[in-house]
Amino acid sequence: MSHFRPELRQRAEETVALYPERRSAMLPLLHLAQEQDGYLTDEGMIEVAELTGTTPAEVRGTAAFYDMFHLEPVGKYVVGVCTNIACLLAGGEELLAHASETLGCAVGATSADGLFTLEETECLADCNIAPCVQVNHRFVRTTTPDALDALVADLRDGKREDEIPPHGTLIRVKRSGGLRVSRQQIADERTRERAAREERTAKEGQ
Amino acid sequence: MAVLDAPKIVSLRAEFSDSHTLTRYLATGGYEGLRKALSMTPEAVAAEVDAASLLGRGGAGFPAGRKWSMLRKAPTSYLVINGDESEPATFKDHYLVERDPHQLVEGVTIAAYALQVNQAFIYLRGEFALGLERVQQALNEAYEHGALGQNIFGSNFSLDIVVHPGAGAYICGEETSLIEALEGKRGFPRIKPPFFPAAIGLYGEPTVVNNVETMSNLPWIVTHGGAAFAALGVGRSTGTRLFALSGRVNNPGMFELEMVKNTFRDLIFDPALGGGIPGDRKLKAFIPGGVSAPWFGPDELDLALGQDEVAAKASMLGSGSVVVFDEDTCAVRAAWRITKFFSRESCGQCTPCREGSGWLERIMFRLEHGGGRREDLDLLLDLCDNIAPGLGWPPQQTTICVLGSSIPSSIHSALTMFRDEFLAHVTNDGCTHG
Repeated sequence: MSHFRPELRQRAEETVALYPERRSAMLPLLHLAQEQDGYLTDEGMIEVAELTGTTPAEVRGTAAFYDMFHLEPVGKYVVGVCTNIACLLAGGEELLAHASETLGCAVGATSADGLFTLEETECLADCNIAPCVQVNHRFVRTTTPDALDALVADLRDGKREDEIPPHGTLIRVKRSGGLRVSRQQIADERTRERAAREERTAKEGQ
Repeated sequence: MAVLDAPKIVSLRAEFSDSHTLTRYLATGGYEGLRKALSMTPEAVAAEVDAASLLGRGGAGFPAGRKWSMLRKAPTSYLVINGDESEPATFKDHYLVERDPHQLVEGVTIAAYALQVNQAFIYLRGEFALGLERVQQALNEAYEHGALGQNIFGSNFSLDIVVHPGAGAYICGEETSLIEALEGKRGFPRIKPPFFPAAIGLYGEPTVVNNVETMSNLPWIVTHGGAAFAALGVGRSTGTRLFALSGRVNNPGMFELEMVKNTFRDLIFDPALGGGIPGDRKLKAFIPGGVSAPWFGPDELDLALGQDEVAAKASMLGSGSVVVFDEDTCAVRAAWRITKFFSRESCGQCTPCREGSGWLERIMFRLEHGGGRREDLDLLLDLCDNIAPGLGWPPQQTTICVLGSSIPSSIHSALTMFRDEFLAHVTNDGCTHG
């Protein structure tokens, strides 16, 4: 019995088929597990282990390395404010402190209503629009306290759900089909080419 | 005066709001480079890239043609694209994947043809949600258009490209760490030499790892010829480059400039580029190529934006990201924040990096926030010297990868250039900038 809902289970299996080795699907599948549950649950990680041919311990050990994977519940919206060098120079720390007040939770914590988790992030590669803010890894470009407050109000009113899906949903564009190139066919071609080359070389040598 | 007459090679479509669509791409010369490449032999395509003298745009600046020529011949080999852009203050790949994903897909396909590789992976940092969607959409459209998949444009070349999301780890920008992450493991860099990815890479097979911007140059190079690319720039630094300008400037942004023809002064102060510093405040210092690079003072403003030119002054052009500090910037605070970044992002494999970064961060924290001691200044240098012995540039390495040896850059620069400011922090028991 799959823990993933049928649509995600199907996407997970299609993802595994894109790689020469199943374990390679680890990070994409962990993202799908977060799409399923909002964070990484034991059930989600057990399913990823089954799909990637690893153990649940290996899955947890790998997931714990990466900042985007949450082993504890987080809010529907994970708000990240960057304080790295370009954002520091533009008031990133002040904006982070302001966000903490507006959201009513400390940095690293989740608001009482379960709607928001606030994070201090490292550089998000949008340094010309600083300080940089992301919500669920979408660039929202709210560089002032007022703009941030307006965004938070919108999110509370459920206004920007099309643009910003709940935490965990990362890639909404599905791949159109699996691999088109048969690896076996390529390998056979290469073998034939090599044999033909060797034959030519041998003839030239005579 | 800034030299701005060079052709736009990778940011040609910046003016269009629909630059990411196949329609716009085809209307602006899209996939013509690939068609031309497929009419040539793979060797001839590689020769054009070699003639272009295209230096890798990821940070290390290794010639792409030479990297390709090192690929070990084997029945199966892979091409992996590094789009894990995480070097603080670098945001060019973010633009390229979001705004011109077809250019990337075409570049990757040209490279795969030249290398005769049939499966490529585009590894994008997970925080680029929109970029991931745009690249996936571009791949879907490219398959549909016949520019990808079985028998591309009717040729006998076939290729699959898979986009792979990262999950938040600076270290995965290091190519062997990226390969580990692509294999589904923790992003721990591999020990090298002797075996670089070109010999033993993904799944133990020969693998080329190239940066997003490097790939995005290929359609133009094949269309116009390697010689036309090499005619731009000076010496080893050919073509154009995306410079990312941030910090205390009036007009932060990304600018595609011909290599070497402009100086840091042009980039920061020209009205068409950075536009100078707000309030006409004085420039205190700047970082020439990402936070791993040693800082420069105002006396290096007239240095040309070229790889060898910056290297000759004991720093690096790195990822082409320039951060401006004005006279109000606290050097201790800036160096502390950069050190905090390295401390958070150290993968933890090597002792000098894992322990050193955290220790340095704690010392920098107390200098900035109160509790700093006079002897901390010597302790900082001693620790930096333990991580990168001699504190020269390029740095000596005591760790598996260069993350470790990059840690001392900011502290060493700040201490060398602004020692009095550190002492004032000690006397003041914390920051002197309010």
